[in-house]
Amino acid sequence: MSETDPVVRVRGLTKSYGRGKVLRGLDLDVHKGETLAVLGPNGAGKTTTVEILEAHRGRDGGQVEVLGTDPASADRAWRARIGIVTQHASDLTDMTVAETVGHFAGYYPHPRDPGDVIESVGLTAQRKQRIGRLSGGQRRRVDVALGIIGRPELLFLDEPTTGFDPEARRQFWDLVRGLAAEGTTILLTTHYLDEAEALADRVAVIADGKVAAIGTTAELRASAGDEVDVAWAGGHERTERPTALISRLSDEHGGEVPGLTVTRPSLEDVYLSMIGAKGTTS
Amino acid sequence: MTMPGTLRIGLSRGRFEMVEFFRDKGAVIFTFSFPALLMLMLGGIYDEPSGGDVKLSQVFAASIAASAVVSTSFVNLGGRIAADRDDGSLKRLRGTPMPVAAYFIGKTVQVLLISLAELVLMLGLAMALYDLALPNTVVQWGRLLGFFVLGVICWSLLGIAASSLSRSAKTSAVATLVPYTLLGFVSGVYIVPMGLPPVMEQIGALFPLKWLAQGFRSALLPDSMAAYEAAGTWESGRVALVLGLWAVAGLVLCLTTFRWRDERTR
Repeated sequence: MSETDPVVRVRGLTKSYGRGKVLRGLDLDVHKGETLAVLGPNGAGKTTTVEILEAHRGRDGGQVEVLGTDPASADRAWRARIGIVTQHASDLTDMTVAETVGHFAGYYPHPRDPGDVIESVGLTAQRKQRIGRLSGGQRRRVDVALGIIGRPELLFLDEPTTGFDPEARRQFWDLVRGLAAEGTTILLTTHYLDEAEALADRVAVIADGKVAAIGTTAELRASAGDEVDVAWAGGHERTERPTALISRLSDEHGGEVPGLTVTRPSLEDVYLSMIGAKGTTS
Repeated sequence: MTMPGTLRIGLSRGRFEMVEFFRDKGAVIFTFSFPALLMLMLGGIYDEPSGGDVKLSQVFAASIAASAVVSTSFVNLGGRIAADRDDGSLKRLRGTPMPVAAYFIGKTVQVLLISLAELVLMLGLAMALYDLALPNTVVQWGRLLGFFVLGVICWSLLGIAASSLSRSAKTSAVATLVPYTLLGFVSGVYIVPMGLPPVMEQIGALFPLKWLAQGFRSALLPDSMAAYEAAGTWESGRVALVLGLWAVAGLVLCLTTFRWRDERTR
């Protein structure tokens, strides 16, 4: 694999459950060292896509390469190069943080130092506590510690901050930024646009089993066009030339325009119009 | 890139699982006390002489020691694997370079040690309360150790297979406890073999609990007691054969039904 090859390369991926088509020809590249956020409504195929990339699930059709290997023929050496943080794990409740991280380190050929990993996820004070007695946010940090103990080149984070309070989310974001800064390629699925905006170099929107849009948050926002909303006490107008409109309004009102606001569409507006237009629910 | 050895990871998992087991107080108490309580109940009810110097309570004690091993292998292992599938353990492990064999080595270590502890506990109880004697010949020791190991292997494999039948950890208790309890009745564990109607006795003879209990009786009771068995002898060769065949069947079931996760869910 050369430097310029993508870490993840997906072409025409399809997958059905029974008669329901979940993935309908999905294409996706993740570049080395980037953090890519995958957004999409429930049932759009986010988790299915990620689980195929992780070798947790088989696929029906299409080509998939992760770290230069087809996950369908994944071996131990390949699994040692990826890290996975899944949703909903509730295991290991009777073991302590230090016992668990130390034990998992033994699975990998070149693990990080367990103490360093526990430190980096901010659990040093809890290292001798049983995992079942940690808070939800701390438990998630254990999941991340186990995901990165093997020094992965590619880290999967599946909706990592669901259920976090705002402060725990901020701390978690700092942790993810730190991993990205060390050169880890990160594929993150999330429901939160602010999370994608805070962490991701690029965002892919999955809708109806395909990638509906992919790019930086600025690019996605730009795809909505240059129209902005101008509103004032007497009405509102959507326009590509807000300055001309305001100048005209100012003349009409003889100076100050009462209640004037100028609003660019938020990323959320763009996202909702993107998935709304596709009309996916399942 | 050299990967850590499978045996090393497997033994490390065995240690990890032992710690995990002993910290789960509910599981420890249930696994160890249920067969012990059964022995106390049945031994207390049936205290009359059975044949010669042997008391009926000693016959029960030997049989229940066998069923206790089924509890620590079949019931315990089936439940733990179903729980591993349910709580995300198996999925987490599948996402690491831990080899599949290491997972099963870990389980084997856990089941063997817990079953051995259970056997010692049951024999200790029976010696203290019912004057059961430990084997006093090499042949009897051989039977005890041989049938113990064969029984643990056979019932562990069946426990792994049973864990795949159940959809969740909650229903796995049904897939293991129901056959375990029902077989106890038809296999000469809760009722002495000679007290069973022929049909029940024949049903029991199809399954490996009857044979394990018979094997344990052959190791722990005087040879004169063989006269009270259904066949009138200990049938040691047949005990080994039936347990071996069920072990093979269990292995085939494991290989064909074992799932890392419940594929029926999305």
